This record gives sequence, structure tokens and C-alpha cells, in this order.
Amino acid sequence: MSASVSTPERSPAGASGASSAPAPRKPGRVPGRARVWAIRAPLLPALVFLIAVTQLPFVATVVISFFDWNSLSPDKRAFSAFSNYGEVFSDPSLRDSVFTTVLLTASVVIVSVVLGLLLALLLDRKFIGRGFVRTLLITPFLLVPVSAALMWKHVLYNPEYGLLNGAWAWFAGLFGVDNPGQPDWISDMPLAAVATALVWQWTPFMMLILLAGLQSRSAEQMEAARLDGANAWQMFCYLTLPHLRRYLELGVLLGSIYIVQNFDAVFTITAGGLGTANLPYTIYQTFYQAHEYGLASAAGVVVVIGTIVVATFALRVVSSLFSEEAGRA
Amino acid sequence: MSTLTAPNTRGHAGAARTGRRRSTVLGLLAWAVGIVFCAPALWMLLTSFHSEADAATNPPSPGAPLTLDGYRVFFGADGGASPWPPLINSLTASVFSTLIVLVLALPAAYALSIKRVEKWTDVMFFFLSTKMLPVVAGLLPVYLFAKNTGMLDNIWFLVILYTSMNLPIAVWMMQSFLADVPVSIIEAAQVDGARLPTVLARVVAPVAAPGIAATSLICFIFSWNELLFARVLTGVAAQTAPVFLTSFVTSQGLFLAQLCAASVVVSLPVLAAGFAAQDKLVQGLSLGAVK
Amino acid sequence: MPHLQERRSRLSVRLGTGAALTALLAGCSGAGGGASSGGNDSINVLMVNNPQMVELQKLTADNFTKETGIKVNFTVLPENDVRDKITQDFSNQAGQYDVATISNFEVPFYAKNGWLHPLDEYSAKDKAFDQGDILKPLQESLTAEDGKLYAEPFYGESSFLMYRKDVFAEKNLKMPAKPTWQQVADLAAKADGAKSGMKGICLRGLPGWGEVIAPLTTVVNTMGGTWFDKDWNARLDSPEFKKAVQFYVDLVRKHGEPGAPQAGYAECLNSMTQGKTAMWYDATAGAGSLEAAGSPVKGKVGYVAAPVEKTDSSGWLYTWAWGMQKSSEKTDSAWKFISWASGKEYENLVGKTIGWPNVPAGKRASTYSNPDYLKDASAFASVTQQAIAGANPRDPGTQPRPTVGIQFVDIPEFTDLGTKVSQEISSAIAGRQSVSDALKASQALAEKVGKEQK
Repeated sequence: MSASVSTPERSPAGASGASSAPAPRKPGRVPGRARVWAIRAPLLPALVFLIAVTQLPFVATVVISFFDWNSLSPDKRAFSAFSNYGEVFSDPSLRDSVFTTVLLTASVVIVSVVLGLLLALLLDRKFIGRGFVRTLLITPFLLVPVSAALMWKHVLYNPEYGLLNGAWAWFAGLFGVDNPGQPDWISDMPLAAVATALVWQWTPFMMLILLAGLQSRSAEQMEAARLDGANAWQMFCYLTLPHLRRYLELGVLLGSIYIVQNFDAVFTITAGGLGTANLPYTIYQTFYQAHEYGLASAAGVVVVIGTIVVATFALRVVSSLFSEEAGRA
Repeated sequence: MSTLTAPNTRGHAGAARTGRRRSTVLGLLAWAVGIVFCAPALWMLLTSFHSEADAATNPPSPGAPLTLDGYRVFFGADGGASPWPPLINSLTASVFSTLIVLVLALPAAYALSIKRVEKWTDVMFFFLSTKMLPVVAGLLPVYLFAKNTGMLDNIWFLVILYTSMNLPIAVWMMQSFLADVPVSIIEAAQVDGARLPTVLARVVAPVAAPGIAATSLICFIFSWNELLFARVLTGVAAQTAPVFLTSFVTSQGLFLAQLCAASVVVSLPVLAAGFAAQDKLVQGLSLGAVK
Repeated sequence: MPHLQERRSRLSVRLGTGAALTALLAGCSGAGGGASSGGNDSINVLMVNNPQMVELQKLTADNFTKETGIKVNFTVLPENDVRDKITQDFSNQAGQYDVATISNFEVPFYAKNGWLHPLDEYSAKDKAFDQGDILKPLQESLTAEDGKLYAEPFYGESSFLMYRKDVFAEKNLKMPAKPTWQQVADLAAKADGAKSGMKGICLRGLPGWGEVIAPLTTVVNTMGGTWFDKDWNARLDSPEFKKAVQFYVDLVRKHGEPGAPQAGYAECLNSMTQGKTAMWYDATAGAGSLEAAGSPVKGKVGYVAAPVEKTDSSGWLYTWAWGMQKSSEKTDSAWKFISWASGKEYENLVGKTIGWPNVPAGKRASTYSNPDYLKDASAFASVTQQAIAGANPRDPGTQPRPTVGIQFVDIPEFTDLGTKVSQEISSAIAGRQSVSDALKASQALAEKVGKEQK
């Protein structure tokens, strides 16, 4: 009864994900209190630690959100009830950043999943140097995110001396064209520029998970289907995709969790300008650049509540990852 | 798309030949895609060995003479700041937070997979849900707390934060790995009267070792990469490598070669670990769901 | 494993009632315990990573530390980051840094909030420092309302117009000694394409209150516009303001550098150095880089006063200066460092070891009577000195102002307001919206700020 999405045929041990848990206790047989706590004890340190470090600050955030507090005017701090919240809901920039966050997250996740699937299919076959190509492909994911973002901004996108325009000028030069168009990538398509850098970093992640999924397909099933005369396309649609569904869900879920929170790329590539400010960046800007502590906290509280609503749905998706085991348990 | 699945064997030689040819073509395609995909990173590596002037030419000059100047600047050879303190800070934060995560996550995972607490799934989801909350919303209280307790610019404070950042992931992963530990060996140990810490250390840990390695790798990478907390909460003494990296960007003058050299050096530990343990990477990234 | 429907991930518990952390809130008033490292013989300095500061960092250990035994721990960050960090540290008086590079923008309200140490008694005692040698406009701009001096300049700058003398001669173009903006626009049109890949003029378009807003605001001032009138009414929708912005946006779109919305000081400096633009209106500090050893345009650049329209001069006034944090416990060591870094000796040291054009100039009268400096910087020295002397932060435009500042409005909210407005302007330069729309949005933002000031 593990939380594993699947159990590849390759590992005979525990292949069925056999439940090692005692059967759920029937109501009525109340165990001794000490026994219950003995079972709970190992969990407590982690739980208490996590609650202390992640939940308490939010309580403080709620408190601060009721104050009119700008750290640049320290003598003006005052209790202001809900006025910060009024400002949050009337502020168009926050609304825009919600939209930006959704757009950025959705586009990055979808594109990197599709690209990741194509790359995984390409790597799912034997060829000379497969290990090396796989290593090449995961390199982007292993670069420190801030250095990858800096690289995209300065080394690739820069309109004066960036590689993209430089390579284009060199290419046009081959055909005797002087001064070809030198697009300014970041200002012409700011959100796409940020998304591209993120896709480049996240595609390998999706590829790795999907590749693991492909390699756990049952060889016998595939062989049987082939003998039944199914063509490659049919096999992909009726065998591979259904098998990959849970891997795809997993990739989308984990990718979303991280990309929704993305700060490094937006901060580095556009500094939130040109309509690319996502929620984390907007709150950061209010707190760290405008020094509006009260307002930033109110925005934070609103975003947390919104996140809880969305996360509840997201977690249902995760729950479906367990559904297979529900049948097995 | 259809060409991507295994060639079908219709049993006559011609088909086999096309199959082989198709394999070769696809192999070459994979190589080409891999190189194109990695090109920006390779270009960054090349640029780090160029002089500042050669790094900023248009069209680019890949054949420019190689030099170690970028690395010299990064390592402070011309009197600039030394990169060692930030690198050591990053290493401290990553290693210690990973260790604490393991110490906390292993018993928790035990209580969620082997001797299960009631409502264990709710607990699992609670852990995961903390990953979904916007970190930035809790940043201000954390900053004020650090300031008032004298923990600003203290690497151990970052260790605590990184621990909380990685704990949920670690719990999910360890839970899934421990669920595969045969119950019989645990029971055998308990019959012999071993207490829980002993059971965890002597019986469970060795069996779950691959999982623990995968967990450590992921926690290490995420801590090493973290920028937001480090930016806001460190100053002189506890500056980490990613923050140090941003100091090479200047609004006046050229800095590409230095920046690329700095990026290469700072990414090196993660690259090395990731290349060496690709299967662990997959296990870790999927929260242990893919074994 | 129970089915999904039977399981409720009880997320509502996640906001469990915790202790109301009033202790957190109490702490913002008292002085924080300094978490600075090292003994009394080491100080922490936070500074922007401009070339002059980076050079200072390299010279410190072998000179300052050797002479005084005081170790200096530097943190250098890009301009935008460094401002955030300084404000963060000073406003909370966290005391991580003893000294930081602040500017004439921050000094008035930092001092009012009591975040800085007054420096008068230190400079009075330190005869070698020679406070009288500091240029008057700079000293005034670093003096707060209470009449005390709160920072010492490291270098000062104004703005002026730089142009390629050789290209102008080739094209038979003549640059007046005191050009108007209209003349500059005409010259930009004529010089555009003078050489393959050369544009007429480089003007900043990069978002940021210290990037595009600085040159743009000087244009606004000289065309009769202002951000606020003396009663804090926002005037971004006035015809004068609109005319100036329209002029700036049109000029940069027609004859400006490619990638203007992402071009700041650094990108323009690079364009000018690489011969991709015939003119550049920007900080006087740019001249030092253009005339530095190894620059391909060394000796080919002419310098004239900032273009005007309705005012006499329009150059801005800016200085990176050393401010000492109030909660610093190492004031004596901190002053020693400030005195060394802003002193005459340091200028000579840079001149001899690195080169005279690299000297952090524009702050001392003695710099401009130093024959060594004048020999190497003759092309721009006197124009720079006149520009700084002609700057008047109290009356930079054609109408009375509510506060000081030439290329900025000296209120703390301006960093946020200026940045938000700059994003609108930048997007107009990119052609994503019209100037009217950009200013409409900006006016609404400015009105909000103005209301709070009244």
C-alpha cells in the first residue's frame, strides 16, 4: 500500500505494493491511549517542526495585515482594520498578477510536458550513446535556477550581444544579408521569454518522469498487441498513453507546485516588468521594494486563502494517484 | 509519432532493413535534439573561458582564444571578494538541512507507512499542502523574527528554513520507500526487543538506503538552489552562493565571462551529483512514486 | 486504501490558531541587536557594484587595512538589489551593515527617520579630510532638514550629451555648445545610419526609477512639466508632461537603439563603445568609461551640456555617498573608512594604480585643479564640473516644487511609484501601448501617492 504510482515489473520485491498496514481498526475496539501515542510519537517531531516554521509566520502575517505600516514611515504605524484588504481588492496589479501566474504556470507546465513526452519517446529506444544524450538533456534542470535565468537574460536574449541575435546575424551574414532584424526578445514578448527559460529548465524533469513511466510498460502486453496486428499509433494511443496517465498527472502536479511559486526567473529576467509580475513577485515587491508591510501581508493572506481553495482541488488529483491502490488494498 | 514506437516485425528482410535504418535515423535525431537542447549550457561553458570583450561580440566568436580570466575574477584573484565563504555557506546550509530532514522524516515516514497513525492520508496531504503555500507570504514575519532574535545573517537560521522547505518532500518520498520494507523483518527485530530508534537505524535504514540516498540528493539540490530566503535573510557572514552569483551582474560594463564562470562553478556540485545519480534523481523528483 | 470520496484532506486545519506573535511586532520599534560579525577592527560595508566601487574593494586590503588594521567586509550587489537591501536593513535598524552606499535621494528621509549618524563632528575633527573641498551642490544635497550632514560623497555626477565628433565631422553636422532638445532630435535623424549599424541616439528605456525615469524626468523638467505641483497634485496628465514623454518615446523609437525597452545605462554605454550610436544622453560618469584605456572610441567623443527647452540647464544631480547606520557600534572605524574612501589621497591612489579616468570624480574642487587628472580627463572634466555646479535640486523646472530632486521626487514612495510608472513608459517605448494610456495609468498611481503627502 505504498504511495507509489506504479510498481515496475523489474522489481520483484514488493511488486504488488503489498499493504503492510494493519487492517483499519473496527470502531469499538478502542486501544489504550498510551498505545495510540506510541504510534503517533515518531510523527510528532516532524509535524511540530513543520507547523512551527510554516504556519506560525502566517499567523503573524494575518496580524500585520491589519496595520497600516510602511517601514519608510516608521512613526505612522497604526491599526487600520480592513483597509489593506480594501486596497488589495481594488488594486488592478494584484488581479493582473493572478492572471499572469495562471498563464505562466499553465503554459510552462503544458509545453514542458509535451516536449518532455517527445524527448522521453525518443530516448525510450536503444541507440549508441543513449546515456550521454540523456545526460545532455538533464543538464538544464541541474543548473542553479538563478544562474539559468541570468544566462537567458544576459547571454542569450540580450539584443546587442546575446547569442540568439548573434547567431541570427551570423546566419544572415552567410547569405550576404547585412544588419538583419535584431529582435529584442524580452521586451517584444516578455512573458514568453520568461516561460521559455522555465520550459527549458523543466522539460528534463518531465522527461525523466515520463521515461521512467515508459520503461515500466509491460513488455508482454506490448508484444501481444503487436502480434494482434496493432500498428504503432494504435499501440501508443491504447496502451502507452493510458499507462502514462498517472505519470503525466504526477509531472503536472509537481511541476505546478514549483512553477506557481517561481520567483527566480521573473525576478531575474524581467524584474516583474512588462506584465510578467506573478503573485510571488508582486508580494515580494510590495514588501521589499515599496516597504508596505501591512499591504504586502494583506495580499499574502488573500493569496494564501486562494491557494488553499485551489490546493484542495489539486490534492484531489493527487488522491486519484492512490486510486489504483484502492483497488489493491 | 508513430515512428517513435518500436518497429513492427513483419518478418521479411526489407522490413528489418527499414527498421534498422529508422533506428539509425532516430538515434541521430536524439543526438541532435540533445545537443540543441543543451546548447545554451554548452555556450555558457564556452563563454566562461573567453575574455569579456570576446564574450560580448555580435556575431558571436566561438573560436576566440580561451582564457581563465573569468574564473580568476570569480575566485577573487584580482582583489575581488572571495567566493569561498558563500560556497561554504551554501554547503553548510545544504548538508545540515538535509541531515535534519532525514532525522525528522524517517520516523515520520515510519508512522505513516509501517505502524500507521489514524488518518495517515490526511497527514500526508497536510505535509504536501505546505509546499503549495506561497513562501513569500510568510517572508516578512520570518524576517522580523530573525531580526529580533539576532538570527539575521546566520546560516543556521537558513538551515532551519531549508529543513522546513524540504521536509514535506522527504516525508512523501520516505513514506513510499518504507512501504516497500517487508514487515516480517521489522517484526522479527521487535520480537527481539529492539526499540524504535534501533529498529529504524539497524533494520529499516539499510533496506531503505537507496531511497534515503534519493531523498538526500533532492533535498541537497533544492537547498543549494534556494535564492529568495537567502537574499532577504543573509548579509555579510551567511551569504550563499546563489546570492553571490547575482553580484556579478553590473549595470556598468561587461560581465558575461565572469557571470558564466561563476554560474559554472556554482552549478558544478549539483551537476556532478545529478549526473552521477540519474536514477536517484528520477526517484527523488517523483516523490518516490517512480521506483 | 479508502476511496477518494471518503477522504477529506482537511486543509482547513492548516491555519491552526497559533500564538499571536506580537513579539514580532514589538520589535520593529526598538533597535535591533546587530548581527554583525567580527571584532571592533572590522566593519561591514554594503555597496552597489559599479566599477568604481569594485575597484575600491580591490584596493582596500592592501591600503586601508594595511594602514589602519581595520578589516572591511564588503557585500556588493546590483543597483536595484542593493537599494532594497539597504532600505531593508536601515529601516529596521537591523545593523548588519555599518556603512552603505546611499544617494542624495535617500539622505533626506533616512535622516528624518533617524536611521543615519550625523557626520559633522567627525568631518570637523578630521582636518585631512577637508570638508570645504566637497562641491557645494553635493554637500547641500547630503544635508538633511536639520542642517546636519549625513553622508560623504564617493563620486558625484550630473548628466550631459555625448556625441561622436568624428561621425559629426564626416556628415558635416554641427553640435551647438548648448543644444535644445529639438536640435538634438534633428541631429539624431541626420546621424541615424551614418555608419553601418549606427543609430542616431541612445536613451535609456529600461524600467526602473533610477533607469528610464532619470533622463526622462530631466526632459520633463526642461519642457515645463513636473510630477507634482507644490500642493502635491499629480501633474502627469498635464500637456507639458505629455509632450515631453511623447517627444522622448518618439525619439527613441525612431532613431534610438534597438532593444530600447531593455536598454539602461550599461547597454547604452556598450552601444556607444561599440560604435552603434552617434549620441548618448546620460550620466557624466559615462565619460570616464568612454575615455578609459582600451576603449575603441577614446578621444573620438565630444561632450556638451544637457539639452534644454524652457530652462537654463537640465542636468541632473546624483551622488553615491557613504552613510553610516545609526545602530552601528563601530562609528570610529566606520568614519575612518569613509574618510579614506572619499578622501583626496584615494583619488590619487586610483589615478596612479588604475588610471585617471577611473577616479571617482565629481565631488571635490581639488580634483579639477589636479594637473594629472586634467591631463587625462580634459575632454570632459570642465563640462562635468559646470554641469554639477549648475544643478539646482530645489528649483529644477519652471514651477515651484513640493520637495527637492531633479531626476526624482524626494519622497520614499517614489521608488515604487517611479518603478511602476517606468514600466508603463517602457511598454510605450516597446509600442505595446500609447503614451496617453501609459500616462493615464501613471497619473492614477501618482494621485494616490500625492494624496498621502497632503
